[in-house]
Amino acid sequence: MNASRPDPVLTVADLKVHFPITTGIIAKRVVGTVKAVDGVSFSVRRGETLGLVGESGCGKSTTGLAVLRMLDITSGTVEFEGEDISGYDRARMRPIRAKMQMVYQDPYGSLNPRMKVADIVGEPLVVHGLASDRDKYRARVAALLKMVGLLPDMAERYPHEFSGGQRQRIGIARALALEPTLLICDEPVSALDVSIQAQVVNLFMELQERLGLTYIFIAHDLSVVRHISDRIAVMYLGRIVEIATRDQLYKDPLHPYTQALLAAVPIADPEIEAQRGQQIISGEIPSALRPPPGCRFHTRCPKAMEVCKSVDPPMRDLPDGRAVACHLHS
Amino acid sequence: MTPLLSVRNLSTRFRTERGMVRAVDNVSFDVAAGETLAIVGESGSGKSVTALSILRLIPDPPGRIEAGEILFDGKDLLKLDDAGIRAIRGDRIAMIFQEPMSSLNPALTVGLQVGEPINLHRKTVWAKALDKAAELLGKVRIPDGRSRLNSYPHQYSGGMRQRVMIAMALACQPRLIIADEPTTALDVTVQAQILALLKELTREANSAMILITHDLGVVARYADRVAVMYGGRIVETAPARQLYKTPRHPYTRGLMASVPRLDGDTDRPLVPIEGQPPDLASLPPGCPFAPRCKEATERCRIERPPLFESGPNHFSACFYHERLAA
Repeated sequence: MNASRPDPVLTVADLKVHFPITTGIIAKRVVGTVKAVDGVSFSVRRGETLGLVGESGCGKSTTGLAVLRMLDITSGTVEFEGEDISGYDRARMRPIRAKMQMVYQDPYGSLNPRMKVADIVGEPLVVHGLASDRDKYRARVAALLKMVGLLPDMAERYPHEFSGGQRQRIGIARALALEPTLLICDEPVSALDVSIQAQVVNLFMELQERLGLTYIFIAHDLSVVRHISDRIAVMYLGRIVEIATRDQLYKDPLHPYTQALLAAVPIADPEIEAQRGQQIISGEIPSALRPPPGCRFHTRCPKAMEVCKSVDPPMRDLPDGRAVACHLHS
Repeated sequence: MTPLLSVRNLSTRFRTERGMVRAVDNVSFDVAAGETLAIVGESGSGKSVTALSILRLIPDPPGRIEAGEILFDGKDLLKLDDAGIRAIRGDRIAMIFQEPMSSLNPALTVGLQVGEPINLHRKTVWAKALDKAAELLGKVRIPDGRSRLNSYPHQYSGGMRQRVMIAMALACQPRLIIADEPTTALDVTVQAQILALLKELTREANSAMILITHDLGVVARYADRVAVMYGGRIVETAPARQLYKTPRHPYTRGLMASVPRLDGDTDRPLVPIEGQPPDLASLPPGCPFAPRCKEATERCRIERPPLFESGPNHFSACFYHERLAA
C-alpha cells in the first residue's frame, strides 16, 4: 500500500461516455442516448490499486475502456501522468498505450489461437519497434513468462494447450511486455475456477510489489476486490456513488447502495450467516436509457426521501477523505 | 425415516474424443424431505451431471448412466420407462437451470409456459391452468402477474426470467427442486433476492432442494447439508455448520483457504490450491486430488480412498481424515 504517496498516475474528471441509439438504415436518426458513463471523477495514485465495483450495466468496464481511449469520450478529461490525453488521436495515443495496458476477463477470447505464446507475449514489442535485436527480444519474452510463473519451454506452444489460469498468466505477461505504469484489469479472475482465482490474485499482488504497478481492478466480486484494493469506487448506473479506502468502505459503508451490495454477499460461514440480518433490496437496475430522475438509486433505496426523487445528489467530499453522493450525507 | 431421495453408487460416463470419461463416479447421497442439500464443486467436478442424471436428462449418446440406483419415494427412477420418468419431471421433481433464457421457449408466452406443467400433470383445463399461472407469478413477486402472462421471455429482465423459472418449478408443488447454479448469471443484489425467494417458497411448500453451486458463501447462507465434489466423486459430506467448522478433506480445506471472504483478514495472503483441476480423461488411479494435495502420500496415489465416517453424519474420502481434525 502506497496510499501515503499522493502522486496521481491517472486523474479522471467528469468523464461522460454516451452511446447514441439510432434507427433507420440509410437516414439514421438518433432516438435516444445510453449514458453508460455519466459524470465520473476519480484519481489513482502511483502504486495503489483502485477497485471499481458495481453490477452489470453500471459503467465500470466502459470507464476502463474510455480511460484507455479505446472508446470515444463524450466529454470530460482523462489525465495520465500529468498529460491530458482526452483529445488525443490514435497516433498520439500510441506511446501512451505502452504505459497503460489492459488485462481482459476472458482468457480464451483474448488470445489469438493461431499464435504461439512467445508471439502473443512479444507482439507488443514488435508493434512498438522493440524487437530488432532477436536475442534481446527472446530473452525479454522468456523473462516475461518467468515473471508470471510460466516455464520458458511453454513459449513454443499454442493457447489451447493451456488451462484457464495459465492463459490468464499469458494475458498478464503480454500486458507487462512494454513495462506499463498502469494496468486496467477487467474482471481478470471471474472466469476462473475458484481454486485457481487465488493463484492469479496473488500473482497480481506480487507483480505490483515487484514492479511498482498501479492497478484499476474492475470486478463484481466484492470479496476479491476487498482483498486486492487500497481504495474502492462503487458505481451505479453510470455514476460513482461512493469512493473510499477499503477499510472505510467495508467497515462503514455510507451510501445505501454500498450497504445493499455488501449485505447481498454471503459470507462463507453458516454461523455468521445465521446471525446476519438480511436486508435485501428489491427491484433490479433500471435501464441506462432512461435513468430515474433525481438520485438514480432512489427507486430501490430503502432510505429514499422526498428530495431524492427530484434532486440529483452531488458527490461530496467528507472530512475523512472519502466521497459519497447521497442526500443523507450532505 | 426413509429419505425422500436416495442416490446409490451412481456412475455416469461420456464418450469423448479422448476416450471414455467418467463424469460421475460411484456417487451416493440422500436428501431428506424439506432439506436443502448443496452440492459444491468446480467446473468438471460432476455436480451438474449428477443433477441431470437424477432426472435422466443426460443426452445419450454421448452420455450414459452406467450404474446405480436413484430411489425417489421408493421407486428407482432409472428403472422407469420414458412415460414414467416424464410423469415425474416437472411434477414430483422440478429443475431450475442457470440460464433462464435458454430454458424458456422464446416463441411462447410466459403464461403458456408456467401453465404447461399444471395442464400436463394435473389435467387442468387451460383456462384454470392460466389462473394458477397468474397466482404463481404473484407468488414469485412478479407484479401484475395476470397481465404479464401474455408477455414473452425477452420482455422480462434476467432476474424476472429466473422468477418465471421458479414459478414453473413450483407449479405442481414438487417434493424436490433441483437448482443448478440458479443465480450464477445474475447480479449480486438480484442473486440475493432470488435465493431468498427460492428458500422461502421451498420452506413454505416443504419441498426439498438440491442446490448446485460453486459459491461457498451461497452454501453457507442457504444449505442444511453439503456434499463437496471433486473429479466426479463426493470427497466430503457433512451438515453445513460442521463442514465449515471442521472440514476433514484437504480439498475442502484448500477451497476455504483460497477464497477471499468479505470478513477475511486482508493482511494474510490467500493460500491457493496449486496445480490445475483434474482432467477427467486421465484421472490418477488413487485419490483424484492427490496431485494437488500437500498431505498426499504414496498410498493416496495408488489406492482410492473410500468415504470414511469422520463424525456424526460427516464423511470424508481421505485416508488421513483423522489427522485433519485439528
